[in-house]
Amino acid sequence: MSDHHAHDAHDFQHHVRRYLFVFWALIVGTIITVGAWYVKLDSMALTVAIALLIASVKAFLVAGYFMHLISEKKMIYGILAATAFFFAGMMYLIVWGRDQVPQGTIHLGSRDTFQTPGSPSKAAH
Amino acid sequence: MQPTTTHSHTHGAHEAHHEPGFWQKYVFSTDHKVIGIQYGVTALFFLLFGFLLMAMMRWQITYPQKPIPVVGSLLNAVLGDVAAGGIMSPDLYNAFGAMHGTIMVFLAIVPLAFAAFGNFVVPLQIGAVDMAFPRINMVSYQAYAIGGVIMLVSFFIPGGAAQAGWTSYSPLASWIPGHGQTFWIIGMVFLITSSLLGAVNFIATIIQLRAPGMTWMRMPFFVWAQFVTAFLLLLAFPPLEAAAIMQLMDKVAHTSFFLPTGLAVSGGELANISGGGSPLLWQHLFWFLGHPEVYVLILPAMGIVCEIIANNTRKPIWGYKSLVYSVLAIGFLSFIVWAHHMYLTGMGTKISTFFQTTTMIISIPSVIILSCLLISLWGGSIRFNTPMLFALAFLPMFGIGGLTGLPLGLNYSDIHLHDTYYVIAHFHYVVAPGTIFALLAGIYFWYPKATGRFMSEFWGKVHFWLSLIFMNAVFQPMFAQGMQGMLRRMSDGAANYSLAKVGTDAIGGLTDAIMKSNITISHAAWALGLAQIPFIINFFWSLRHGKKVTSDNPWEATTLDWQTPTPPPHGNFVAQPQVHRGPYEYSVPGQPKDFTPQNT
Amino acid sequence: MEIPYVVQPRQDTGLYNAKVGIWLFLASEVMLFGALFSSYIILRIGAAPGEWPVGLLNVWIGMGNTLVLITSSITVVLAWASLKMNNFAKFKVYQGFTILLAMTFVVIKSFEYTDKFTHYEVVLQDNTIYDGHLKERTPTHVVIHGHKVEHGRHAEGEAHGSKTPHTDIRIERAQIKKMENYGPWHNTYLAIYFTLTALHALHVIGGAVVIGYLWGPGSKLWKTDPERFTNRIEISGLFWHFVDLVWIFLFPVLYLL
Ligand code: HEM
Ligand SMILES: [Cu+2]
Repeated sequence: MSDHHAHDAHDFQHHVRRYLFVFWALIVGTIITVGAWYVKLDSMALTVAIALLIASVKAFLVAGYFMHLISEKKMIYGILAATAFFFAGMMYLIVWGRDQVPQGTIHLGSRDTFQTPGSPSKAAH
Repeated sequence: MQPTTTHSHTHGAHEAHHEPGFWQKYVFSTDHKVIGIQYGVTALFFLLFGFLLMAMMRWQITYPQKPIPVVGSLLNAVLGDVAAGGIMSPDLYNAFGAMHGTIMVFLAIVPLAFAAFGNFVVPLQIGAVDMAFPRINMVSYQAYAIGGVIMLVSFFIPGGAAQAGWTSYSPLASWIPGHGQTFWIIGMVFLITSSLLGAVNFIATIIQLRAPGMTWMRMPFFVWAQFVTAFLLLLAFPPLEAAAIMQLMDKVAHTSFFLPTGLAVSGGELANISGGGSPLLWQHLFWFLGHPEVYVLILPAMGIVCEIIANNTRKPIWGYKSLVYSVLAIGFLSFIVWAHHMYLTGMGTKISTFFQTTTMIISIPSVIILSCLLISLWGGSIRFNTPMLFALAFLPMFGIGGLTGLPLGLNYSDIHLHDTYYVIAHFHYVVAPGTIFALLAGIYFWYPKATGRFMSEFWGKVHFWLSLIFMNAVFQPMFAQGMQGMLRRMSDGAANYSLAKVGTDAIGGLTDAIMKSNITISHAAWALGLAQIPFIINFFWSLRHGKKVTSDNPWEATTLDWQTPTPPPHGNFVAQPQVHRGPYEYSVPGQPKDFTPQNT
Repeated sequence: MEIPYVVQPRQDTGLYNAKVGIWLFLASEVMLFGALFSSYIILRIGAAPGEWPVGLLNVWIGMGNTLVLITSSITVVLAWASLKMNNFAKFKVYQGFTILLAMTFVVIKSFEYTDKFTHYEVVLQDNTIYDGHLKERTPTHVVIHGHKVEHGRHAEGEAHGSKTPHTDIRIERAQIKKMENYGPWHNTYLAIYFTLTALHALHVIGGAVVIGYLWGPGSKLWKTDPERFTNRIEISGLFWHFVDLVWIFLFPVLYLL
């Protein structure tokens, strides 16, 4: 890299054009996101999906091109892959964990033995 | 020290011209060895402090509502009413308990095992001049010191230190009166920052600064252990930081992150909050750190033990590759077992099954590591010096700790054992006779490199045998207490609970023998404290009067940390080491000596 | 001996030290924000049906701020590219814009915050609810510029241009049962909104300080060690892009959904 300053200049013009392209793509992405929200789709799921999909594409563009992840070294990929795995595990398992929590009141009444004295079904005997 | 001829960008230009002064050399140093020692000394202080808290608590457990001898009036004088008449009030018990856990974990063991040993040894073992980012290293220590001071100060604020346990479960932690918990959170943010900076530094150092020829599979196992540990800190701590921020918001901005709708507080009134939060969320985020944290406590210890065993059996470690893959597997799996601490939260059976399964799986690599270390002893001509004794004792102690963890990892048996003294016994076997023994082994082992003198062997052995006996006397009976149902965190040592006999057998209370074992435990704990006196004296006395080392490699070791001048100067090596072989080439046939250093 | 690979990449990894360092740091940041996003999900799916407020924030302002950050990202990357092309003057210009954009972002954000802190929900003794911005506050009464909340239509529609006309409403103190502004304490949505955006704003400020330093006094390094300086700009740029990336998710999640 030491003597790059001079002869890289030309190469970099090419990069710069790509950066500008990514920039416009990000702007368009933002506009589409807001547009999709503005028309108020009926389905909440679809709205969420569209918004997150576009956000992911934008994130990919920023990470891939502005942060040069597209052409990064293996070591960095390794670190980020581990991070992505733990991130996903954390989010998924935490949400799943909540999903399993019994909601509302639990009635043990379906089995007679768990009935407390004086509860309606016992009285019916 | 080699005079530096060019101006160095990283170190500032001063040192080429004059010797750094006291402050620069010992307080604002960027030298990894000095920082390691700073960490070590501070952490040892906190280890003692955490122990003393527990020593006082054991009095209250054993003789509830009796004034604590000797220190009781002192407590009363400095802390006021919570220790009225020298008696430890339940509030004070709670505060001491919470701070014992916090201090032991975050201010004593992690800084000692990871930061102190890591800083001192890792760059030496990989043949580096220093850490990759020396200034960040210094800041990391400073953040740790500030965090420690905040925790200490919290004892003296009105209302005292945090009382909601080291786990700080909300809503309790959010609602408990006083500012102790706020101090705890802010202190934790500093400690987390310190660990994060340290972790970045270690990983970058190990990736970037290995000496020529030091390939991954030639790294000493200790370096591998530190590498994985650093990743655990790097990726598991931030969620706790997030949780701490949210708990801080709950406390100071009256949000309801962890406070559910309809939360009733003292007197049955509804809390004046918006509600809608999730107490379970705190537990998830806490244990997402909490479980990897226990591996942070144990992996460096395993690394130390491995180095010492290889060196003192004078033969290669058995199954170096299995050790490396196991430690990687542990690191990986430790992120997906956390909710085995939460079986009783009612989070549902499917997810409990998932976590129970991963927990059983992660025990496999731990067993592999233990087995490799054990098998390594086979056929060795073992030198039973003090470091080796501690390292050897680590194996069964950690074994007991690990095996007794299995019933806690299984959903079904954990329902009975959860939150009892069985848990206390289990994890203390891992961290106290386990990790602490390994750390002591490490201190006796690397002391000659750091100071140029040995610690006394005789007093070392006295220290070892007494510690071994009393450690077991403290923690072994707790298994029995827990299995009978004695709950932890009870300031009267379960005296009230023991009376609670319901029906004939429904709740059996606690037998007299179990209650009496409180007395044995406490006396053993105090004796354990006294047994550290020979160590403390030995540690300081040997600085001046210990036997001098006669060579730079007094243990005749193979790894690079011993191929430096003693003590290693700034910059560590006389010349850039070149690595030619694996880390444990002991007693290789055909070699002139029974050890072949990595750089020959 | 000196620490190697401070500027030049190491052969086998192809990286210089700080590059490894910053990516590790960003990895930990991913986990930090990841935990907060997980919390967002938990709070949201845990909210009682209909309780999660939607449309509390002004989408157009949020969109404007998104564009500000995106623009700052391109100026950062162009600043770095200018250094690569040995054009220090251009670097100064681009990075100057970055700093201005960062300040714009923070200023806009603070207006949004102020708006929320002056926005009140007033519950009367008879459980009527008024919602609007505080105009006047005296010991005996308050004046709110807003509207009466029809049952079940809590704080809706602000972003779409309010359908309910806003008027000045005078309320006697004696009538008020509870009066609370839309701060983080108001509900869990606002709690996570303030926490996430404040943490993000701290990152913006922190990043801007570093970039500002390297733009001002720190840029002297360009004369003595241009490569090292370029690396520093790359590192600070990576951080800046990450901050932008977080916002890319924050915007839809907090403003739109
Ligand atoms: C070596 C001497 C030690 C003794 C005698 C000791 C004793 C105890 C006892 C009896 C308890 C239970 C208190 C209660 O439940 O009321 C306890 C709790 C605890 N100890 Fe230790 N301990 C020692 C060392 C350590 C070390 C080295 C660690 C470090 C990791 C540690 C971490 C903890 C934690 C995390 C708790 C739980 C605190 C809580 O309930 O929030 N201890 N200790
Ligand atoms: Cu665990």
